[in-house]
Amino acid sequence: MTVQPIAITGKKTTRLMDLVKTLLPEGGNLDLCLTCGACSSGCPATGLEGMDPRKFLRLAALGLDEELTTTPWVWMCSMCQRCIYVCPMKINIPQLVYYARQQWPRESRPKGILGSCDMALKHDTCSAMGASEDDFEFVVGDVLEEYRESQPEFADMEASLNRERAFFYLNQNSREPVTEPDEMVPLWKILHRVGADWTYGTKGWAAENYCMFLADDPAWEHIIRTKVKAVEDLGCRIWLNTE
Amino acid sequence: MRKSFGDPVAEDLRFVVRSVVGEDNFIDMQPNRSNNYCCGGGGGYLQSGYTEARHQYGQLKLNQIQATGAGYCIAPCHNCHAQIHDLSDHFDGGYHTVHLWTLICLSMGILGPKEREYLGDDLKDVDVFHPETDE
Ligand code: SF4
Ligand code: SF4
Repeated sequence: MTVQPIAITGKKTTRLMDLVKTLLPEGGNLDLCLTCGACSSGCPATGLEGMDPRKFLRLAALGLDEELTTTPWVWMCSMCQRCIYVCPMKINIPQLVYYARQQWPRESRPKGILGSCDMALKHDTCSAMGASEDDFEFVVGDVLEEYRESQPEFADMEASLNRERAFFYLNQNSREPVTEPDEMVPLWKILHRVGADWTYGTKGWAAENYCMFLADDPAWEHIIRTKVKAVEDLGCRIWLNTE
Repeated sequence: MRKSFGDPVAEDLRFVVRSVVGEDNFIDMQPNRSNNYCCGGGGGYLQSGYTEARHQYGQLKLNQIQATGAGYCIAPCHNCHAQIHDLSDHFDGGYHTVHLWTLICLSMGILGPKEREYLGDDLKDVDVFHPETDE
């Protein structure tokens, strides 16, 4: 792989990096890079779009914000944080990626992520697949009834909805109720066998949160607050998210 | 799991997996624990439309899984499950991708015929709970 030298063009004004530093504890250590390359050598996104985490951080340090905020690579970093783990200076590159995502006009961000976030904002269920409270209640009830009848050992299995003061409030990824409802059952069986005191809620049940990936802070906060409120309104002790 | 709660909690999950599949059938991939690589399903990747990049990203994980020679990869969350499953499909990886709940129920003898979507032919018919419910 040949590495092209980066020619510095354009005027240096305020760097995105300076903004990000004000937002992170310890400034995210963004100034402390030794350019050792440990981040890049263990990053699965290295090489995509000719980018890697060290190079990305160099762009930021050099104030090349134009390149930084337009490269689609920010959507190819999964924000897995492995680079922080191996970095001798614990530099928070994924957070920089996150803020670079945020520089994209909302409508230009990847359509699939945008659509999933917008869909989640439509219902109090927070379902990115658009499942409503009624949809969820119907599917859960229907599947539970079927299994109670056909597998008598589980005739008294529960999958309650909105049961106040249950110990666990369990989230559910939309994928099962919408596309493969039978896949909800094994977890119910396990919870039943161990005698767990758990409930679903009709509000805030969807486990996914694409608004976070979209780097849309207000929408992300809205989704989280909706989910927390659902748990608190029922007075549940522990919020279980299986993601 | 590991990222939110640290390696010790992931160790508890290893105990569960070992108990469920048997010591001889458990193979840790390399590198593992906090040195492991992300599969590339998270961060919105699956919904981003950058499918080719996602497959390239996932090759590291694919190689890790294939190096174990295991027939099944257990995925902890939906994003991982979807990505690791898709990697096997796309690159003809030759392994199956399962949720942990499937294996727990299988080992307890309470996994019905319609809860086996992600099991391969070798396990599809093993110890089926209420086989008559497969209509
Ligand atoms: S691992 Fe840390 S110090 Fe080394 S190049 Fe990457 S960001 Fe810089
Ligand atoms: S967080 Fe992004 S840059 Fe860091 S290792 Fe993961 S994919 Fe690479």
